[in-house]
Amino acid sequence: MGGKSFFIDTSRCTACRGCQIACKEWHGLPATKTTQVGWGNHQNPKDLNFYTYKLVRFSEHERNGKVVWYFFPDQCRHCLEPPCKDVADGYVKGAIVKDPETGAVIYNLEKLKKVPFDELLDACPYHIPRQDPKTGMVAKCDMCIDRVKAGLLPMCVKTCPTGAMNFGDREEMLALAKKRLAEVKKKFPNAQLLDADSVRVIYLVLDDPKLYHEYAVASKDVGITRKVALKKLFDPMGWLQSLV
Amino acid sequence: MTNHWIDIKNSDVILIMGSNAAENHPISFKWVTRAKENGATLIHVDPRFTRTSAKADIYAPIRSGTDIAFLGGLINYIIHNKKYFKEYVAEYTNASFIVNKKFGFKDGLFAGYNPKTRSYDKSYWAFELDRHGVPKRDKSLKHRRCVFQLLKKHFSRYTLDKVSKVTGTPKNLLKKIYEVYASTGTKDRSGTIMYAMGWTQHTVGVQNIRAMCIIQLLLGNIGVSGGGVNALRGESNVQGSTDHCILFHIWPGYLKTPRASLKTLVDYNKKYTPVCPDPMSANWWQNYPKYSVSFLKAMFGENATKENDFGYKWMPKLDDGKSYAWLVLFDEMYKGNIKGFFAWGQNPACSGANANKNRQALAKLDWLVNVNIFENETGSFWKGPGMDPKKIKTEVFFLPCAVSAEKEGSITNSGRWMQWRYQAAKPPCGVKGDGEIMVELMNKIRELYRKEGGVFPEPILNLNWPKKYDPHQVAKLINGYFTRDVVVKGKHFKKGEQVPSFAYLQDDGSTCSGNWLYCGSYTEKGNMAARRDKTQTEMQKRIGLFPNWAWCWPVNRRILYNRASVDRNGQPWNPKKAVIRWTGRGWEGDVPDGGWPPLSYGKKSRYPFIMRKWGFGQIFGPGRADGPFPEHYEPLESPLKKNPFNSQRINPVVKLFHTNADRWKTADPRYPIAATTYRVTEHWQTGVLTRWQPWLVEAEPQLFVEMSEELAKLKGIKNGDRVVVESPRGKLIAVAIVTKRLKPLKIEGRVVHEVGLPWHFGWVVPKDGGDSANLLTPSVGDPNTLIPETKAFMVNVYKL
Repeated sequence: MGGKSFFIDTSRCTACRGCQIACKEWHGLPATKTTQVGWGNHQNPKDLNFYTYKLVRFSEHERNGKVVWYFFPDQCRHCLEPPCKDVADGYVKGAIVKDPETGAVIYNLEKLKKVPFDELLDACPYHIPRQDPKTGMVAKCDMCIDRVKAGLLPMCVKTCPTGAMNFGDREEMLALAKKRLAEVKKKFPNAQLLDADSVRVIYLVLDDPKLYHEYAVASKDVGITRKVALKKLFDPMGWLQSLV
Repeated sequence: MTNHWIDIKNSDVILIMGSNAAENHPISFKWVTRAKENGATLIHVDPRFTRTSAKADIYAPIRSGTDIAFLGGLINYIIHNKKYFKEYVAEYTNASFIVNKKFGFKDGLFAGYNPKTRSYDKSYWAFELDRHGVPKRDKSLKHRRCVFQLLKKHFSRYTLDKVSKVTGTPKNLLKKIYEVYASTGTKDRSGTIMYAMGWTQHTVGVQNIRAMCIIQLLLGNIGVSGGGVNALRGESNVQGSTDHCILFHIWPGYLKTPRASLKTLVDYNKKYTPVCPDPMSANWWQNYPKYSVSFLKAMFGENATKENDFGYKWMPKLDDGKSYAWLVLFDEMYKGNIKGFFAWGQNPACSGANANKNRQALAKLDWLVNVNIFENETGSFWKGPGMDPKKIKTEVFFLPCAVSAEKEGSITNSGRWMQWRYQAAKPPCGVKGDGEIMVELMNKIRELYRKEGGVFPEPILNLNWPKKYDPHQVAKLINGYFTRDVVVKGKHFKKGEQVPSFAYLQDDGSTCSGNWLYCGSYTEKGNMAARRDKTQTEMQKRIGLFPNWAWCWPVNRRILYNRASVDRNGQPWNPKKAVIRWTGRGWEGDVPDGGWPPLSYGKKSRYPFIMRKWGFGQIFGPGRADGPFPEHYEPLESPLKKNPFNSQRINPVVKLFHTNADRWKTADPRYPIAATTYRVTEHWQTGVLTRWQPWLVEAEPQLFVEMSEELAKLKGIKNGDRVVVESPRGKLIAVAIVTKRLKPLKIEGRVVHEVGLPWHFGWVVPKDGGDSANLLTPSVGDPNTLIPETKAFMVNVYKL
């Protein structure tokens, strides 16, 4: 399995939100109206939306009598077997494509109008796609495919000052992720990589992923399509090999 | 910064205190993260658990304004547990100096205090001198009156119990932090401090820094890689603007602004040129006249001659004993004593402490010129909240100016690197850069003076002033050039040639230099600040030192006081992170603090702290207005009636203002909650630049006040509620962020709540963004610098 991948090391993320803003700037996306009234939180906008492909999520908790503040730069995971594509393929061919070179999962905004949004969102194990209520169009992170094809880094990676955002060949990113996991495990025994084998956006978290974000890991009942599930059931080794 | 940004990666322990580096200096965390991954421990001490705390190994809460208590406890811990670097302390600091018999300290007051003038006679703090006029020393550090013993006695009162009761920091955390930080007192370990406005903006701001300097000297952390005292500047070019004298009390390069009583250049130079009879002390400031005369030559060019004192009498003088700091200027403006005001690249209607007073003060002006990129609350003050435009006489002019990316020139970062920038884009039609505006404005003034004359036209007409603004020409003048053919130190220089380094500056008018510290930045070799060459030696590579990238003052030295990073033989304390090393013939590594051989060479050598008169790091600092050692005093407004450390509630030499706008309340039930102000990543200063950027407003849309869950419950406030925050000086509406990241503190046996607000917002834009947190802060300042105390004051909070 080649192509590209992100490695997002949340242990290095300071929630400066350079990635969130840079994403908007590169894609020319407008700001959405936000307010603290009734919200009272630094996570703004509250959630991903049609104009926000990348959102740094802030979660504070008390763990063993100590306050922790976890940051999670949320975005489309560019699944190896994207369930959203399975849904779309059932309606319009080419509404969602997987770029053969990079593995990027790319939405065709016009064609996707013909795919019921509810089904699309339900299929996503990470709750990512967002619809513009006015036009019915659906959008999400596109891996900065235009930049990547031109040999540049995705904008969020280019902007990150601390090394939280990484991007490169999948093998290289997996190796980096495993190396960092081994390092941080010494201090944080709960540290883990999230769904590394099935997505192209691999997160490293230091604690229970649910404490970072409800959809940090794939929810059980969605995410792995029937096709993938069957493949796993009958040929687990082959399936695993297909990942690496 | 004594060190620089990259050097943070070399630290073993990083203390971030008085700063929220992750949010306000995001790029610094590139290097903090590297250090952590090399095994460093990160400590964050702050009233609030911030994005910095989220990354720290140890976080400790503290009540705003009690940093000296916290650090005093650390000093006590280091001495009591003998964690100091003995050889360094005895050889390189003034710990061994004997202080004269008149010195003393009693119940919060140092010897020499005059309650009438609220000031000290510093002669009480002098060192005892030998027959050569050199301070007596006891290198065993045992003499009863040596600095070390006085320090030990002074801070012995700062026990864990007492510090914990004052700061609210739990004892176990204090102890843990003291242990970890004190572990850097060995040869092979270094600790650094990253601080910012959380330390400076207090009535004890300078002494906060002094306390940390003492700690760094005790632990041998000055001059070494991964050490130092590192001020994170609040703006990309604050270092540059300070170097080039944006403040009233200095000329460029930290030369002093003359006082009216210093009638001649001889008087002036004599007053500010230290004389040191110890031949082992470099006493670098002995060169003062070379720098002052070269500066005057830069100011007045050919018109500055030996006969006319190089134009000294044309320079403005300050009245003796009078301050012209920001707080004083606005006090005078408020009283109607100032007629005109240029608000240039600033927004005092929001940025200054006690903003209501400042806004009222602007209404007393005849005219106000607002030079800025966007409309702001200062230029629009007359139509702001509570203002009646019909009653305001001030005539306001708005000059739009170019933004930094639209200008060519240099900025000097916190690490003292002067970096040249090219013009990335042309400014919009008709908009000019600041330099162009200044040059054109002054040329018009000169034309009028030439035509019409005036009371004192000489300073204006004799000025060495260009017809057009050219950043290269200015940079060359700042560096300086030879004004005639001359031989200096055996080298021949031609008239007009750039001076290669400040070692060649002269006091006879043969050189000019707009800022001696920058001499060497633009030489015959070209514009050194524009260099982008990453070549380095193996030794430099180990500590991330890039001597060919940009240029750093002084003389491209990247780590100040680096002669203290080596032993008497010139060998680095820590060879793995060596800054300089004596090879037997010369120094390698960084540019050393002077080329003299190491101390083992005896009289040929010099003590490492070359900028100090005696050549030693100052554990005892007899030059400050408020004492040679730091002492805890409460903020002007505090929850405590009494200072638990002594009978002086507040800093006894603090300057108070007494207009009807200067109101403060302490331990007053109407204002029971401690408060502080700060910044967030997404906005900058008063937000004049960032509040117009939709993406940034989307991320941080409006004024909030952060408070603990406990306080919110007490006040019936829910997360996201609109609340009123009120101080004796003003009130504003903010949205409550109720969070686990703030906790009530236990102070002197009772619960004290603290809240915090950012000061980025203002009423002009966005429409529902709220107003400036400085409507709440008091106009009172540190006695040395008059920086306002915006980090510790008292408020009340209630639901709207």
